[in-house]
Amino acid sequence: MKPIINVKDLYTSFEENQVHQGLNLHINKGEIYGLLGPSGCGKSTLMREMVMLEQYDSGSIDILEYNLARINAKEALALRKEWGVLFQSGALYSSLNVFQNISVVLEEYTNLSPMLIAEIVAYKINIVGLKQEDALLYPSQLSGGMKKKAALARALVMDPKLLFLDEPTSGLDPISARDFDQLILSLRDMLGLSIVMVSHDLRSIYDTLDRMAIIDNKKIVAQGSLSQVKESSSPFIETFFKGENE
Amino acid sequence: MSVLSSPASLQISLQDDCTTCHIQGAFSLHQLSTIESQLRALLSSSNTHSITVSLTELTAFDTAAALLLIQIQEGFESRDIVCQIDIEQEQYSGLFAQVLQSRSKETLRPTAQKKSFLECIGRNVASKADQINSFFAFSGELSFALLSYIQNVKNIRFKEILFEMNESAIKALGIIALTTFLIGIVIAYQSSVQLKVYGANIFIVDMLGISILRELAPLITAIVVAGRSGSAYAAQIGVMKLTEELDAMRTMGFDPYRFLVLPRIIALMIMMPILIFFADIMGVLGGIVVASIELDITPSMFIERFSSAVDIKHFYIGLFKGPFFAFLIGAIGIYRGLMVKNDTQSIGINTTKSVVEAIFAVIMCDALFSIIFTNLGY
Repeated sequence: MKPIINVKDLYTSFEENQVHQGLNLHINKGEIYGLLGPSGCGKSTLMREMVMLEQYDSGSIDILEYNLARINAKEALALRKEWGVLFQSGALYSSLNVFQNISVVLEEYTNLSPMLIAEIVAYKINIVGLKQEDALLYPSQLSGGMKKKAALARALVMDPKLLFLDEPTSGLDPISARDFDQLILSLRDMLGLSIVMVSHDLRSIYDTLDRMAIIDNKKIVAQGSLSQVKESSSPFIETFFKGENE
Repeated sequence: MSVLSSPASLQISLQDDCTTCHIQGAFSLHQLSTIESQLRALLSSSNTHSITVSLTELTAFDTAAALLLIQIQEGFESRDIVCQIDIEQEQYSGLFAQVLQSRSKETLRPTAQKKSFLECIGRNVASKADQINSFFAFSGELSFALLSYIQNVKNIRFKEILFEMNESAIKALGIIALTTFLIGIVIAYQSSVQLKVYGANIFIVDMLGISILRELAPLITAIVVAGRSGSAYAAQIGVMKLTEELDAMRTMGFDPYRFLVLPRIIALMIMMPILIFFADIMGVLGGIVVASIELDITPSMFIERFSSAVDIKHFYIGLFKGPFFAFLIGAIGIYRGLMVKNDTQSIGINTTKSVVEAIFAVIMCDALFSIIFTNLGY
């Protein structure tokens, strides 16, 4: 089966500072894939390159059969409609309320009736675990966890095939974080999503990830399922998973 | 991509008392709108007893499509028409069942509440009254901060004041010089045409001297500074409020008035007369250039006439207005910055308002001075 994302021999640098030195990884359909590593290792940069927010120097990234280096504007728009992105801080539009934040893409890209749009928004609000009356609140009136949930609802609104999550559980209390993990798992099963996430949260790494890549020192030091990754030796892996092994 | 190929098609067949809809192809969000309008048309026109929606050979199906089917089904049922939905493929019928189960019971659609004319007036008046109140509160805090500021020399943040002087005044010299020089040229050129007719060439000096020193240089300087620094203050402090930097400062015991507000206002008040002095020079220089080209008044003649015809009081009055204008511009800019609410739009609104209100306040103040000085006999 062809992978949904394929990264080959990727090099990135910011001015003098080299960030990636030859990354290779692939992500299969229906998989929850984690990008892990110490702070500043370039995992967020890699995700930003995947969603076309950042440029890379050489190598290639293929997403859903589009090559990001050779993509034209029309294909780029089509691709952007196929994925949902959840930013670390939510990045909700502050002048729109939750309902409008979620419905804005539908209003822009489809000709659906207001009735159906309201139904779709209500459904997404429901599955991420928000209350219907929260729909009328503005981002400044939401707590951190609610912001994340609203942002997830917004990322899911177009029924994307691919979901990018940047530290989805950071800033959440432990109970909300576990609920979030469950939510992500059930979404994957329900909607057949493929999910790429950057995470530091050990519990959610154990509970949700199918496969992962550990990026350290500009390279991928380990890749595969949790047990495969644990076997490989790297200072980061040893310290990162140590608490769990004891 | 498969989703984008072969959009869903809908076929309606009527048999006895039962309507059957066949949907096939890619039945998902991107291709949903035509099917939706067809189904809704069917919903409003149908008068059979039962209807079957059968979905076969789907190439795509998603939650939006499932929700549409659910809405349509409910619509039929509310009209006492039995509606049955058959989904052939197992994976899609599973999705449909899940959506049906986890669907929200209520849908909340934000409706724009209609306000009556009277309510609008009331709300506007109340919000204006609030604004006046909060401006008084701001002035109060500002005065209080100023009083505690000057009680002790140690309190005064010389470094910040000097920094702001450079930012909002020294760096504005270029644009102020250019603007007032051009204004000098324009005024001199326009009046030279009229003065030539009467042969009163030399009076260009009186005219220019008084109008530039007394009114134009202070006003133009104030307008440039309001557009340049007033808006910068509003945006800067507005963003600091949005990112909770102001709150962080308060929790550390750094009073924002002492650290942010007063240095800016004091810097502007000190620098404004200097800027006006500079503007005076450039404006008169513009006049000299035009006078020597258009009216054959040599620069030395101009200067000689200038010292005898233009009273020094005009110069002093011009400078005297500076600190007042500076206070208005700085205070309004910062006040608008502090008024920024929790969304990005309000930064834009408040920045715009800061410039408009500052210029308005400066002109009001100028008019007031004009009346006062004339009545005092200056």
